[in-house]
Amino acid sequence: MRKFVLHRAKSIITKATASLFNPHHHTHPSSSSSSEYYYYYTRTLNRFFTPLDSFTSMASHNSTPPLTVESLNPKVLKCEYAVRGEIVSLAQKLQQDLQANPGSHPFEEILYCNIGNPQSLGQQPITFFREVLALCDHPTILDKSETQGLFSADSIERAWQILDQIPGRATGAYSHSQGIKGLRDTIAAGIEARDGFPADPNDIFLTDGASPAVHMMMQLLIRSEKDGIFCPIPQYPLYSASIALHGGTLVPYYLDEATGWGLEVSELKKQLETARQNGITVRALVVINPGNPTGQVLAEENQRDIVEFCKKEGLVLLADEVYQENIYAPDKQFHSFKKVSRSMGYGDKDIPLVSFQSVSKGYHGECGKRGGYMEVTGFSPEVREQIYKVASVNLCSNISGQILASLVMSPPKVGDESYDSYSAERDGILQSLARRAKTLEDALNSLEGVSCNRAEGAMYLFPRIRLPNKAIKEAEAAKKAPDAYYASCLLNATGVVVVPGSGFGQVPGTWHFRCTILPQEEKIPAIVSRLTEFHKKFMDEFRD
Amino acid sequence: MSRKALDYDQINENVKKAQYAVRGELYLRASELQKEGKKIIFTNVGNPHALGQKPLTFPRQVVALCQAPFLLDDPNVGLVFPADAIAKAKLYLSYTAGGLGAYSDSRGLPGIRKEVAEFIGRRDGYPSDPELIYLTDGASKGVMQILQTVIRGNGDGILVPVPQYPLYSAAISLFGGALVPYYLEETANWGLDINNLRQSVADARFKGITVRAMVIINPGNPTGQCLSVENLQQILRFCHQENLVLLGDEVYQQNVYQDERPFISSRKVLFDMGPPISKELQLISFHTVSKGFLGECGQRGGYFEMTNIPPQTVDEIYKVASISLSPNVPGQIFMGVMVSPPKPGDISYDRFIRESKGILESLRKRAHMMTDGFNSCKNVVCNFTEGAMYSFPQIKLPPKAIEAAKSAGKVPDVFYCLKLLEATGISTVPGSGFGQKEGVFHLRTTILPAEEDMPAIMASFKKFNDAFMDQYEDHRGYSRM
Repeated sequence: MRKFVLHRAKSIITKATASLFNPHHHTHPSSSSSSEYYYYYTRTLNRFFTPLDSFTSMASHNSTPPLTVESLNPKVLKCEYAVRGEIVSLAQKLQQDLQANPGSHPFEEILYCNIGNPQSLGQQPITFFREVLALCDHPTILDKSETQGLFSADSIERAWQILDQIPGRATGAYSHSQGIKGLRDTIAAGIEARDGFPADPNDIFLTDGASPAVHMMMQLLIRSEKDGIFCPIPQYPLYSASIALHGGTLVPYYLDEATGWGLEVSELKKQLETARQNGITVRALVVINPGNPTGQVLAEENQRDIVEFCKKEGLVLLADEVYQENIYAPDKQFHSFKKVSRSMGYGDKDIPLVSFQSVSKGYHGECGKRGGYMEVTGFSPEVREQIYKVASVNLCSNISGQILASLVMSPPKVGDESYDSYSAERDGILQSLARRAKTLEDALNSLEGVSCNRAEGAMYLFPRIRLPNKAIKEAEAAKKAPDAYYASCLLNATGVVVVPGSGFGQVPGTWHFRCTILPQEEKIPAIVSRLTEFHKKFMDEFRD
Repeated sequence: MSRKALDYDQINENVKKAQYAVRGELYLRASELQKEGKKIIFTNVGNPHALGQKPLTFPRQVVALCQAPFLLDDPNVGLVFPADAIAKAKLYLSYTAGGLGAYSDSRGLPGIRKEVAEFIGRRDGYPSDPELIYLTDGASKGVMQILQTVIRGNGDGILVPVPQYPLYSAAISLFGGALVPYYLEETANWGLDINNLRQSVADARFKGITVRAMVIINPGNPTGQCLSVENLQQILRFCHQENLVLLGDEVYQQNVYQDERPFISSRKVLFDMGPPISKELQLISFHTVSKGFLGECGQRGGYFEMTNIPPQTVDEIYKVASISLSPNVPGQIFMGVMVSPPKPGDISYDRFIRESKGILESLRKRAHMMTDGFNSCKNVVCNFTEGAMYSFPQIKLPPKAIEAAKSAGKVPDVFYCLKLLEATGISTVPGSGFGQKEGVFHLRTTILPAEEDMPAIMASFKKFNDAFMDQYEDHRGYSRM
């Protein structure tokens, strides 16, 4: 350990000295850490050489204010998040135009297909869940007889059950930093019922949506830019952004579009080799199943290979399983990585595994609630304590989101008063999503130069578009990535917002976009015809 | 592979370095004792509802209706909910596309941000721009977002009051920056001495640290003091001269228990000072729904407001906010109700005022009961809790007690607090978790236990403390010093 520290200190000094004698070094964009040390080192030198500058309090009066963009954390500047990037700003601008001057564009409304936000597009919440949440938010009405006329009997009963699990029935209090114990018991029971293997409530950390849980794991794992995290390409940009924010290196592995976005272990091996040759210590593997933006559902056999690979290479498996309820292909089934690894005979000691779940996806789509959890297994008690500590700095996740996470993992059962309405609502949403996915997929595949894998799961289609050279040149002239250019033309012509593939990563020279399957079903035909008409015109204009 | 990715020595050092005492050793021990069936009085966290404070009725009605919007169409809804809560719920639902179930704008719902801006405008007498207000999942998230944006590396320092709320030390460690302490003066009622500040900055610079920002907590946590206008002016001038961004933690602005120094925001003082400083000084102020009379900790609602921050920086902060998609929407609704409560003439007005006044008046009484109680104890001195939710008495530990702590392998105030917990069930936080001058010991309690329980709690504390002092006080011990 001491040797390691000494070595590190030496390398810092060497780096800093190199920067000092090479004036170009520190401005190179990829050497942000060296420039940081350079900065630190020169400041340290300055206090010897120009003491007056550092010690008189008036000296800094003329310098620029502290929070200019030049002086922000370079990791913040570096990270990107395409789902809410440039294209969304354009969409918001167009929306304002439409409000101020109806008829100013060839469409009447903006259709946000950029983000998996179902309820913003008219999807209705599951009644039972909302009844319970409302009652927990305002428990003083539980005793009133009039309440029985407004709420279902089992929602009242469930609200009582949940309140009894909360110390003092106080839904307005901070909870345990991992989340309310009784709710974690319910979630663990739900996981057990799903997987057929035991789950421990102490392994559950409830979070404000799945994203903060991902951040927490990145913060724990990443020590410097020498630490790498394996991510699928294309990937959900939360991962690239979080890795950049925590100063690590994204190590890509490519999904194979030709085999329905297949994940090949041979590709993982190859990329691991390359990363190691570049001096990167790969720490963890992110798998998104069902895939975002790619929509594939992994086969169990494939998952076994992935588990085996992580175990052999000593990687933490970070399993993003937030779309576990969103399966549309009748021949596909979701298997959690925990179930797969347990069924292979690997227990807690054999493989560190984190599974992320969210209330934002599934059939419920409760994005605004910011509820979610991670199930953390195979971590030593000391490391677990560190996660607990980081969780406790934020005190706890929001209680409404915590309650909803427990409801999602234990919905009404056969025989409950609300079961029929619950299952009708759930099936209605999932069946409609499957139909929408199919309609959009077929429409995309009928377009010239466009091919689209089937959405087996999740909420997205990720078609490949073969853009004519003329269009690529036009994009270059507009200083845009070709797919970003296509997406902005599409938006300007139709009001449909999609995210360019370059925001997710793609094989160089290929172009894609991500489109959610979430607009309400009655709007799909109009989207299809607008999209088709636009694409035809676009190709007519640019065809080589 | 000999090393596993998650071996303890393989994880991020900054994570390991971070300390968060509010949920540390004492809290864990208290939870254990509770499981064993002992009655625990949790005064370690400013968590009013956990100690029996009832939520205000109106905000809960509004949020419940937003959760279950189908009730709004039910002809019987009026039997359970008052008309103004129904109208307010409809208003808030009209602010959203998709109700509580949709991600909002990453900065929060524009309609709520506008209400927050109006509240700030009314409070300060200067208009506020909703575009510069970001809603967050509680104030802690906001503080962390800003510190992450400011801190580039271990050469960047943040001035933090000591004693401080450990969120700051923990977040600074997590982001790999340097905490630059400035000591509050206990003998001057935890006042902030500008000369101490200058000294702290000079010391930090001597160590090669670039001081980037200064944190003030007003009213103070854990120290409870309310800053005067003059003191705030000095701080603002100091930050201006030294080129620091001022981070104003003002989450306790409604919790003031004396009348000489009412709360005044840093922003108001800044604008009252006029140009050039009012146009130049960079200020970020934080607020929450967890404190005040609302005390809705579990909802995780908060905001920060940026003053004189350049647009490009605001964009970067927006980008980081967008990676977490959006703050939780129910928490945003609570914030809306907090900043635009029922008005005179509304059906719920009287009840809202009765409930909120009741809470604040009772807290004021409890602040007195608690500080008086501490000051009646042997070897304990306590400044009056002028604001916030905490008392921070100094415990003058006899040398023998300090020795006993050492031989038990504990920091002296941790030792004292553990003994207190075991004897009385009162769960406090040792002063060492907040920082204190060398050789001086404190503890933090909240003033939140119910008013009717307070006399018994203080009696039980006194009984423990005085017996503890008798046990360890040894006059020969003092003569050796």
